[in-house]
Amino acid sequence: MSRVIDCDLPATAPPVSALHEHLDGYWRDTVVERGLRSIEPSYELPGSGVREPAMPADAELAVVNPITAIEALHSEDLAAALARGLNDWLRSRWLAADPRLRGSITVAPQSTDLAVAEIERLAGDGRFVQVLMPLRGQHPLGRRLYWPIYQACVRHRLVLAVRAGGNIGSAITPIGWPSHLVEDHASQSQAFQSQVMSLVLEGVFNRFPDLKVVLIRSGVSWLPSLCWRLDKNWKGLRREVPWVERRPSEIVRRSVRLTVRPFDAPAEAFAEVLSHLGSESMLLYGGGEGPVPDVDYDENARRTYPRLRD
Amino acid sequence: MATLVSAGLVDCDIHNHPASEARLRPYLAERWRRHLERFGGRNRHGLAQGYPYPKSAPQAARVDAWPPGGGPPGSSLAFVREQLLDPLETSFGILNCLHAGAGQMDVELGAALCRAVNDWQVAEWLEPEPRLRASIVMPFDAGDLSAAEIDRVASHPGFVQALMLVRTLEPMGRRRYWPIFEACERQGMALGIHFGGYSGHPVSSSGWPSYYLEDHTAMAMAFQAQLVSLVFEGVFERFPGLQVVCIEGGVAWLPPLVWRMDRLFEAMRDEVPELRRRPSEYVREHVWLTTQPVEEPDRPEQLIQVFERIGWDRLLFATDYPHWDYDDPARAFASLPEGARERVYSGNARALYRLPES
Repeated sequence: MSRVIDCDLPATAPPVSALHEHLDGYWRDTVVERGLRSIEPSYELPGSGVREPAMPADAELAVVNPITAIEALHSEDLAAALARGLNDWLRSRWLAADPRLRGSITVAPQSTDLAVAEIERLAGDGRFVQVLMPLRGQHPLGRRLYWPIYQACVRHRLVLAVRAGGNIGSAITPIGWPSHLVEDHASQSQAFQSQVMSLVLEGVFNRFPDLKVVLIRSGVSWLPSLCWRLDKNWKGLRREVPWVERRPSEIVRRSVRLTVRPFDAPAEAFAEVLSHLGSESMLLYGGGEGPVPDVDYDENARRTYPRLRD
Repeated sequence: MATLVSAGLVDCDIHNHPASEARLRPYLAERWRRHLERFGGRNRHGLAQGYPYPKSAPQAARVDAWPPGGGPPGSSLAFVREQLLDPLETSFGILNCLHAGAGQMDVELGAALCRAVNDWQVAEWLEPEPRLRASIVMPFDAGDLSAAEIDRVASHPGFVQALMLVRTLEPMGRRRYWPIFEACERQGMALGIHFGGYSGHPVSSSGWPSYYLEDHTAMAMAFQAQLVSLVFEGVFERFPGLQVVCIEGGVAWLPPLVWRMDRLFEAMRDEVPELRRRPSEYVREHVWLTTQPVEEPDRPEQLIQVFERIGWDRLLFATDYPHWDYDDPARAFASLPEGARERVYSGNARALYRLPES
């Protein structure tokens, strides 16, 4: 494969001490006095991600996604301060290290106002190509309280990236807390299904037809069965969501993109999964190891990310 | 229907319901009758009657399923015969009663209501109608009380399965549910997991969605979470005789879920060392699926590909009568390959539930 655009280069969460120089006085004092040392997620294998800035060998451009659990903090001001510090750290530590690196604006979903302010603060830096939210939060992503974030994305030609993970202290499944990390990871695909459904049915893509949502580390293969079920249920229940005037599967194919690593289906089933997806242009390259279907990833990335066309 | 299934249709999901709560009173002890009159029941949501996601129709029922003599859909055996069993030439139908007793927060009340429902099912459905079989309802979040109820009524030949609802308080692989699995093994009975329930946890992993459409669709995700739990907690290793039937969850999510579990097992198997086989192997040997509400790809051959991945011996046809999303056996999906049809509409259920030849 020729060199590609890698849409998911995961950066290990820096220790909070690495953010000190990017925090203003009150927040620097706060994290020191109160002993806040780590924003590493509990829902990843310890030490996940890439520690030192480096271009993947097979990439011509790479989008860096810091792996943090900022969403877990219950103070929206503290979370927003750490997101600001993290984004400035990303600029100085990663984006300055190689001109081929691109960034994600991490926002704290605890406060829509503060998330929008952070997007506005950084939107002028063309190296940022997307806004990064955790998969799991307080509310389904389609809910109106998040729409100003999506408006800011569209205004600044940024993509909305939703990365596997997130934990605000509520159970990952509709049946409570599973015992093992492997169950948590298996259930992330159900969380993706819920979020896609919410974004489509609440009318996010009616209001923001230009918004692209990139699902990172979703496993991809779960999407066709969701679309089939959603189309069927929409047919029976669409009086409840009269603004959804097209079949959900059509809206998904137009507006949702997915990174292909990991890919849940084994290689022998790639062709079947692609035919069930009904679109190869939804797939973006990126994220670690494993075989992937052979599609035109660069074309897909440039069509997805307005700022990669600049 | 005779041409569709020569061996005779087996419908694996029919819903019966008491015509009114008063109909259960003869089966309840005086202590619980008084309790219900004074306090009512307690569910994990705020409405004394109805649902926080109002259904698409009253009782989520087909508009034509209300018995002409009164009472809610599924409450009249005569009308179930007239509208369902006779026209479809059903050989056997499996009753899954969704009475609210199973989800009571006071599990003692729940147990009493479930006992009453089971006794009512024997007297008013199983004894009068030889084509019907039933699931044992139980207060499924209390494993010990549920096992006791299975043991109490399992000797009646009309009961072929124990019934849980998919939205449990905890993932089903957790220890609180193990007495249920032991009792199913002991009684040689399948364990059915049916759409529904109100665990109290939001149906999405990120809080409560807005719409019934989402609640309904997300049930498929609850089934996925249950299989993840059953597999990775090692339930099928501990209870090798357990047969689990996913009822009204749809089917097409299963192959991708199994791929995902196998992939993660390869990467993280040392977290669950008691598993001796790949998740796909456990699922293949222990899990059955009823077809309704079957997913509908634009190209029907894609559904056939999904069925082939799952295995033709694991699929059980179900109508979900009398609910709005009823699947008609002649129209729910495109024609199945020769040989597969008899199994899906009849043979698999006969083998699982040990039903006699017609």
